[in-house]
Amino acid sequence: MTDATDPNEATDQAGAAPTAQHHSADVDRSGTPLCELRDIKVSFGGLHAVDGVTIDLFAGEVVALVGGNGAGKSTLMHTLSGAHPADAGTILINGEPAVIHNPRDARRFGVEVIYQKLALADNIDAGANVFLGRELRTLTGALDDEAMDAATKKLMQRLNPRFKNLKTPVQSLSGGQRQSVAIARAVHFNARILIMDEPTAALGPAETAEVRELINQLRSDGIGIFLISHDIHDVFDLADRISVMLQGKLVGTVDKDKVTKDEVLAMIIMGKQPGDVTNEEIAELH
Amino acid sequence: MSQVEDVGTARDAVDRRSWKDLNRTLELDTRLLGMLAALAVIWLGFHLMSDGKFITSRNLWNLSVQSTSIAIMATGMVLIIVTRNIDLSVGSLLGFLGYTMALVQTDGMISLFGMNFTIDGLRGHWYTWVAALAVGLALGALVGLIQGSLVAYVGVPAFIVTLGGYLAWRGLIFRTGGKQGQTLAPLNDTFRYLGGAPERSLGDWKSWLLAILVCVAIVFSLTAARRRRHRHDLAVRPLGADVALGVIGCAVVLLGVWWIAIRYESPVTGDPVGVAYPVLILFGITALMSYLARRRRFGRYVYAYGGNPEAAELGGINTRRTVTATFVVMGMLCAVSAAIQTARLNSATTNLGVQNELDVIAAAVIGGTSFSGGIGTIPGAVLGAVVMQSLRSGMSLLNIDSPTQDIVVGIVLVTAVAVDSLLRQRRRSMVIGALAVGVFIAGAVIQSGRP
Repeated sequence: MTDATDPNEATDQAGAAPTAQHHSADVDRSGTPLCELRDIKVSFGGLHAVDGVTIDLFAGEVVALVGGNGAGKSTLMHTLSGAHPADAGTILINGEPAVIHNPRDARRFGVEVIYQKLALADNIDAGANVFLGRELRTLTGALDDEAMDAATKKLMQRLNPRFKNLKTPVQSLSGGQRQSVAIARAVHFNARILIMDEPTAALGPAETAEVRELINQLRSDGIGIFLISHDIHDVFDLADRISVMLQGKLVGTVDKDKVTKDEVLAMIIMGKQPGDVTNEEIAELH
Repeated sequence: MSQVEDVGTARDAVDRRSWKDLNRTLELDTRLLGMLAALAVIWLGFHLMSDGKFITSRNLWNLSVQSTSIAIMATGMVLIIVTRNIDLSVGSLLGFLGYTMALVQTDGMISLFGMNFTIDGLRGHWYTWVAALAVGLALGALVGLIQGSLVAYVGVPAFIVTLGGYLAWRGLIFRTGGKQGQTLAPLNDTFRYLGGAPERSLGDWKSWLLAILVCVAIVFSLTAARRRRHRHDLAVRPLGADVALGVIGCAVVLLGVWWIAIRYESPVTGDPVGVAYPVLILFGITALMSYLARRRRFGRYVYAYGGNPEAAELGGINTRRTVTATFVVMGMLCAVSAAIQTARLNSATTNLGVQNELDVIAAAVIGGTSFSGGIGTIPGAVLGAVVMQSLRSGMSLLNIDSPTQDIVVGIVLVTAVAVDSLLRQRRRSMVIGALAVGVFIAGAVIQSGRP
C-alpha cells in the first residue's frame, strides 16, 4: 500500500501557520495588467457564446470567472488557451498584443491550463506527468528520467514540500497532491498566466486548503490566475476579484472585499449589479 | 537538510523490515516475482508428476524453443493492449507472412497482395534468406500500417479492423503466388537456422560467450543507472541491493545457459547444443522492446495514452501516430515469428499460425497486461508465454490429450486474470480463495486427463 495518506502528516517544512486570508487590496494594480482580454466575441453559428467581454488580470492576482451553465466562461478561457480562438477582440499580454490560434501559441505566451480532471496519466509517476509531451532526453535520444525526476523534486519542494512519492503512479496520490503535479507541470514551463478550471471541485476541505496554499505560492511568484468556478464559497476563499458572466455577456467585475456572496449570486442568476438588488430579491434566491 | 524523504536511502533499508518497504526500496515488480514463483511451482509440479522428466536439459531446451514464437508476438501485443486496442489478426498475418517468405525461397517470387513478381536470382543464393526476411518484415510493417491507420485515423474499433484482418489475411494465403494454398517446401538452408533445431544452434563456446556478454550488460546497466541517479542527486538503491541484483542476475543467466543449453547434448553428434537461435532472437527482441517501452518517448506515449488518452492529447502528443506505430511493430514481430515457425517446419502451410492470436493475447494477459489500458510489461508477457508453454509441455509429458490441455489453459488464464483483478481492487482475502479454486480445478482436470 502506498502513502496515499501523506498530506495529513503534521510536520510542515516552513513551520508556517495556515496561510492567512489574502486581501484583494494586496494586489498591485498600478502597472500594465499581466493579461487583458478586450471585447472578445465568439459565436457558434447564430449563438453568441461570448458577446464582447472585457476582463483583465494583474500579476499575483486571482480573478474568478463565475456564471451559470452556458454563461460562456469556458469559451472565453478557450480563446486565451488556444483551444478555440476568438472571432473578434484582442488579447494583450503584458501590454503587447498576443495572437493565439492554438494551444502551442498559448504556451509560448506563458499561458497554461489546469483542467478540471487534471489531464494526468494515472499509470505513470509525477515526473513523467510533469514532462508529458515535453520530455527531457539524453544524448542517445532515450528518456532522461533522472533529470526529469530531479527537476520535479525541486518543483515539489517549492510547491508542496510534504509531497514525497515521486516514483509511484499518480493514481495513488491524494487529490491535492495530484493538483500540485498538474500545477508543477504548468509552472515548470514558465507559465505566467494560469487558467484553473474548477480546481477544488472534487476535493475535500483538507485538500482545498492545500490548493489554497499552492495558489498563494503561485501568487507570490507573480503568476496571475484565472479561476473558473461554480462554487461561490471557494471563489470567496481564493479570489481577489470576481468577474460574472451571464449568457455571453459580462455582468460586471467586482472586488471580493467589497461585495457579499448574496450580491454575487444575484449577479450570476439575475444579472443585477450589487447596487440594484433589493432585499426581497435576495431572499428569493435562497 | 532536505526534509523530503527519499525513497530507498540506506537508512530506510536498514530501519524498515516489512516486505512492502523492502520491495519499494529495491523497486522490484512484485507481480513479476509472483509469476516467477508460479512458474517454479508449475515446473516442480510437473517434474514430480512426470517422475522427473520435466526439469531436464532436453525438456527445458525444447520448452525454450517452443515458447519463442508466441513470446515474441506477445511483446508487441502488450503495447497494443496497453493503448486499449486489440489485435485479433496476428495468427492469420503470421500465416500470410510465413507463406510469402517461403515463396521467396521456393520460387524466387515476391507476392504483394496477389501481385506476383518473379525475380531471377532471388532463390538458391546465399542472400535468399535475407531477401525473404526483408520481404516479410516490410510486408508485416505495411499490414500493420494499414490496420493501425484504420484504427487511429479512420476510427474503426481495433477489434473490428483486426477481425477483418483475421479473415482477410488467412484467405489471402490462397491467392498468394498462384499456388492455391499448396504447401511450400523446402526452405533455404540458412533460413532454417531460425527454426531452432538442436543441430543448428549456437553450440558450446558461442553460448558461453553470449552468457558472459549478457552478464556484462547487466552489470553495465546497473552501474550506469546508479551513476545517472548520483549525477542528479537522487536516491540510489543501497549498494548491497544493487550488488545482490547483479550477482543474482548473472547467476541466473549463467546457470540457465549451462543447465539448459550446454548440458543438453545433441542426440546426433553428442556435442553440447547451445542456445537455440530463436531463443537468441527472443532475448534480443525482449531487450529491444523493453528498452522501447521504458526508455524511449514512444513507449512513454504508449503508456500515457493507455492511462489517459485525453491527457496525452492535451499534452500535445501525436496519439494517432503512436497508436498506428504499435500496429506496425506488431506486424513486424509477426514476420519474425513467422520466420521462426516456417523455419522450424521447413515449410509453409495454409494453417500456419491458426489460433496463435489467442495464445498471444493470453500470454500478454497472464503476464499482467490489463484490458483497461495503461498497464502491462514486456518481460511479464514473455513470462506469460513461458508459463503457458510450460503448462502445455508438462501436460504433453503426462500424455494428456490436446483438448484437455485447452481446458486447463483456459482455467489458468481466467484464474490469473481473476487474481490480478482482485489484487488491483485490493481484495486480498479473496485472492487466496481464487488461487486455490483455480489451482484445484486445473489440477483435477490434469489428473483426470492422465491415461
